[in-house]
Amino acid sequence: MTAPTATATQGAPATLLRRILLQGRYESLAMLRNGEQLILAVVLPLLALVGLTVTPFLDGFGASRINVAVPGILALCAMSTAFTGQGIATGFDRRYGVLRFLSTTPLGREGLIAGKVLAVLAVLCLQVAVVTLVALPLGWQPPAAGWLPGLSLLALGAAAFTALGLLVAGTVRPEATLAITNLLWILLGALGGIVIPAERLPAVTQGAVHYLPSGALGEALREAFLHGALNGGAALILLVWTVLAGAAAIRWFKWN
Amino acid sequence: MLRVVNGVSLMAERGQVTALLGANGAGKTTTIECAQGLQKRSGGSISLLGQDPGRSGADLRSRVGVMLQDGGLPPSARPIPLLRHIAGMYARPRPVDELVQRLGIDTFARTSVRRLSGGQKQRLALAAALIGNPEVLFLDEPSAGLDPQSRQLVFELISELRAGGMGIILTTHLMDDAQRLADYVYIIDAGRNVAEGTVSQLLQRDPAVEAGTDHIRTLVFEAPPGLDFAGVLPHAITVTETRAGSYVASGALRPRDLASLTAWWAAHDVMPGSMSLAARSLEDVFLDISGKDIR
Repeated sequence: MTAPTATATQGAPATLLRRILLQGRYESLAMLRNGEQLILAVVLPLLALVGLTVTPFLDGFGASRINVAVPGILALCAMSTAFTGQGIATGFDRRYGVLRFLSTTPLGREGLIAGKVLAVLAVLCLQVAVVTLVALPLGWQPPAAGWLPGLSLLALGAAAFTALGLLVAGTVRPEATLAITNLLWILLGALGGIVIPAERLPAVTQGAVHYLPSGALGEALREAFLHGALNGGAALILLVWTVLAGAAAIRWFKWN
Repeated sequence: MLRVVNGVSLMAERGQVTALLGANGAGKTTTIECAQGLQKRSGGSISLLGQDPGRSGADLRSRVGVMLQDGGLPPSARPIPLLRHIAGMYARPRPVDELVQRLGIDTFARTSVRRLSGGQKQRLALAAALIGNPEVLFLDEPSAGLDPQSRQLVFELISELRAGGMGIILTTHLMDDAQRLADYVYIIDAGRNVAEGTVSQLLQRDPAVEAGTDHIRTLVFEAPPGLDFAGVLPHAITVTETRAGSYVASGALRPRDLASLTAWWAAHDVMPGSMSLAARSLEDVFLDISGKDIR
């Protein structure tokens, strides 16, 4: 198609990369400026880290409590940011028509989602840095070979939780999103195999926990940061969750 | 399948303000949201700048500005950083400062969106819709919540943008907005467009006007309650007591009708408390067409 009327003053979009980067930066800063989000993303995981190093819950799983605790805390960080934090923010953006307005700008729906994913990854990087800086002086000794599988699976886990968060935020009222994602954060955090390995949980929940995104991510990260190994089974479970939740979100997400 | 809109056909031109006029729930927003690509339509066709908005990309979106009815601005944002962020989505945005000054946004620059008044929010949403320098502008109920000064400001800007060649499509349920702003009006009722034309064309739909009689359509007067005017005026003119002591005579009034009425008052020693004549307004046309029942 020819566009003979195009002139220098006519509206034109910024490049796709620039639009996504801008939205990613905007959403990251919005998350970091929000006090409740910061508590959820940084303060609570750090409190849990300290709590796990002074209690005997994790004794027997590794050389030291901190070595067993840190991988689980990193997994908890991913759940905080990708699922609860991002889910609540998206739910309220949907209520206030922000998603609809932004999807009429050159950013579009795809750019909006890409920006959210970018923001989740940016905040997660910050969380990993903070947790590492706190954990190293406490005696954390991760094997060098653990970083590559650990961070890759952390990103995959974040993708699974982002898809789940968007699914909740896009299908129920924001107040319900707030309740559901906070409640699940507490339940999965305590009983979902994320910081406390399945073996230490009540027998009735043990079987199911391996198949939860929380249990799979917790196990995968402990495997990586305790033994420097890739847990293929857990990775597969996370991948399945990502694909299923992503497809469901695409199918049922309501923009208004 | 729910058909909210079924049988709307309209065209908007560059350099013109096209208004979709209708009661709440008539289908105005649904219609323009389909045109903006925000809602999937189940049938029909829409062409916006030669493209289908339902399957268009960033290029089309960059040439179209949208102001939503609910604003769609993040509550925690502050006006100027928000506008700068949106401007970043465009290759050649308007200067943010110019719009900020023009719409008086600098007076509330430090307030978060959440705490803005309705009129301030509308002005900010208009700035956000204009920041990309669009060729087509959609405004959903632009004067909702505007105080008289803001309204004047917004209306002046809309007129200027029209003069600059922008195609503007707005929805409104306020006749006055349409009468003041629109070059062309579509009246939407129950999901269909039931009438269209320029404001003066619509006003001339009046059968009395077509017959060459006067434009005066209503005479409002106050008099003691409970009076019976049967037989005083021709059948075509109805007199109703809208509330106790307040009467409206509507129809194509002629000088002799006024004489008949005042003669009747003289004969019955009735002195009206007030009386005023009014020309037919777009509101009368709208009510004639879409019926007088409240929906």
